[in-house]
Amino acid sequence: MSEPSKPQGRKFQLPEHLKEYKGIWVIVEQERGSVHSVSWELVGEARKLADKLGVEVGAVVLGADSPELNAICGDAFTYGADVVYKVTDPVLADYRTDPYTRVMTDVVNTYKPEIVLLGATTLGRDLAGAIATTLATGLTADCTELDIYMDNRSLAATRPTFGGTLLCTIQTLAYRPQMATVRPRVMSMPDRDDSRTGRVVEVFPNLRETDVITKVLSFIADREQNEAQLAFADIIVAGGKGLGKPENLKLVFDLAKVLGGEVGVTRPLVQAGWTGFDRQVGQTGKTVRPKLYIAAGISGAIQHRVGMEKSDLILAINTDPNAPIFDFAHLGLVGDALTILPALTDAFGKRLSVNRLAG
Amino acid sequence: MHIVVCIKQVPDSAQIRIHPVTNTIMRQGVPAIINPFDLFSLEEALRIKDKVGARVTVLTMGPPMAETSLRKALSLGADDAVLLTDRKFAGSDTLATSYALTSAIKKLSEEETVDLVFCGKQTVDGDTAQVGPGIATRLGFQQLTYITKIESIDQGAREIVVHRRSEGGVQVLKTALPCMITMLEGTNTIRFGKMDDMFRAARYGLKTWSKDTTGAEETKVGLKGSPTVVSKVFVPKPRAQKATMVEADAPTPDAQAAAAVEAIFGAQPKLADELLARAAGL
Repeated sequence: MSEPSKPQGRKFQLPEHLKEYKGIWVIVEQERGSVHSVSWELVGEARKLADKLGVEVGAVVLGADSPELNAICGDAFTYGADVVYKVTDPVLADYRTDPYTRVMTDVVNTYKPEIVLLGATTLGRDLAGAIATTLATGLTADCTELDIYMDNRSLAATRPTFGGTLLCTIQTLAYRPQMATVRPRVMSMPDRDDSRTGRVVEVFPNLRETDVITKVLSFIADREQNEAQLAFADIIVAGGKGLGKPENLKLVFDLAKVLGGEVGVTRPLVQAGWTGFDRQVGQTGKTVRPKLYIAAGISGAIQHRVGMEKSDLILAINTDPNAPIFDFAHLGLVGDALTILPALTDAFGKRLSVNRLAG
Repeated sequence: MHIVVCIKQVPDSAQIRIHPVTNTIMRQGVPAIINPFDLFSLEEALRIKDKVGARVTVLTMGPPMAETSLRKALSLGADDAVLLTDRKFAGSDTLATSYALTSAIKKLSEEETVDLVFCGKQTVDGDTAQVGPGIATRLGFQQLTYITKIESIDQGAREIVVHRRSEGGVQVLKTALPCMITMLEGTNTIRFGKMDDMFRAARYGLKTWSKDTTGAEETKVGLKGSPTVVSKVFVPKPRAQKATMVEADAPTPDAQAAAAVEAIFGAQPKLADELLARAAGL
């Protein structure tokens, strides 16, 4: 494991016609008026990279014109953008691959940014893959680190590969723009600076709804669904065979409720019929990446591990101090989940309600 | 209806180990499998075949040994299989890979028009999720990624209604064939193969296509056709291998729980703020 010494990256000459590509863009992901936090994380990261290159940060905000959209444009400046490309059309109200791709391709070809960043979300990965193809340029997926190699002013995008066992740094050489999607919550959220402002470039693509083949019939928000929404949960409390019997799963639900989180389980519990497949975490179930994962009575078999090990913080509770889960959890507690779970529910409940009164 | 399912043969990532001394991937003895995400798409294609009738062709690009995965897919119920293999494809990134696969799908479409292309959501080795969108864009197909459910498919009207996972919920989309679909994991369970399909798979005369068979341009495949280059590969810095054990004042559940709460908020101060904000909003 050794970091290579300088010079960094590959030696190459950027063709003359690509030298006019300047600036770093972030495509701001907004749906129904709310922005995915990864977009602001990326504006913050773009700011750092742009300062290194001495160029501007552009934020691209797409949607139907509305007061919410204007507020988002303002927010882009406070998080570090110099220019906001405000692209408005009624057809862009809901995300659909085809019109978004067409518009973004045109805007990139017109204003020529050297780097385009998106969040590695369902929207960002769907859109990035399409745009990179129409622009015939390089795209690096699901990055965890971005840097600029100053000797050739190119983007060095680092990402995990082989399920996270290796990292690789990827560059796009004689093509522009250089594109990357970046994982949510990897880059830190920038501080707001409400005094910051910048210029707005308005773009009116004049789309026609009749040209768009895909129609959005409806949107079913997660909070209206009965099904567990593990893949996007911030907090997951999960139980395994250590819980002993199906009734004890209630202890897991109780803790999840106090934390406003979801409940996950291991495969044996689903197979034994304790709960539905929608709660199974692991190789043949869901892959999750919450901010907090509490594993109660889970030994940590590889099939479960691959589904949850990328969680920001893992607390493991197990009676066996040698359980494999303690090899990759961040925090460990040796003890009986059946007594510790209710105690945790109590402790979190108190902690959160005390502060609620104080606040 | 003609459905093409793109699959990839990958090393079983759950079984990959890093050599503790040399820090390199130990590939020896790691079995090759069909990319697990592809199986959800294959199963969905087979369900459409069961329901409305379709010819399902599996397509893979890879070294000759990828034949194993194609035969596996045939044994599960696919009708035909094409192996796209050529040394000139070596080193292709996602842009070049989607180009090569598209050239093969266009050739398949000459035999029988392709109405649906299924791809895995992403692979377990590359994890890019870019080849499906690349193919859809190149073919001009409607792009439907992260699909959780195919609600209806109307061959006569050439309409399809699907549920697509987005960050805050599910979009219900209605669109027209042809389209490219990637299925979200966990949305179905791959079937067991039937005995006669297994025999057929073993005897099946696989189509092996090269760059020249599909008419792909040499400058658009392999290293030449790939805008991205891997400039370095390294092993991540291992984080503190073992969990930090939470120290409690007393060996009681309450003391342990209190200590655990402090440890969690100590490690994730932002999380504490978010939980408090959420509790205040309740």
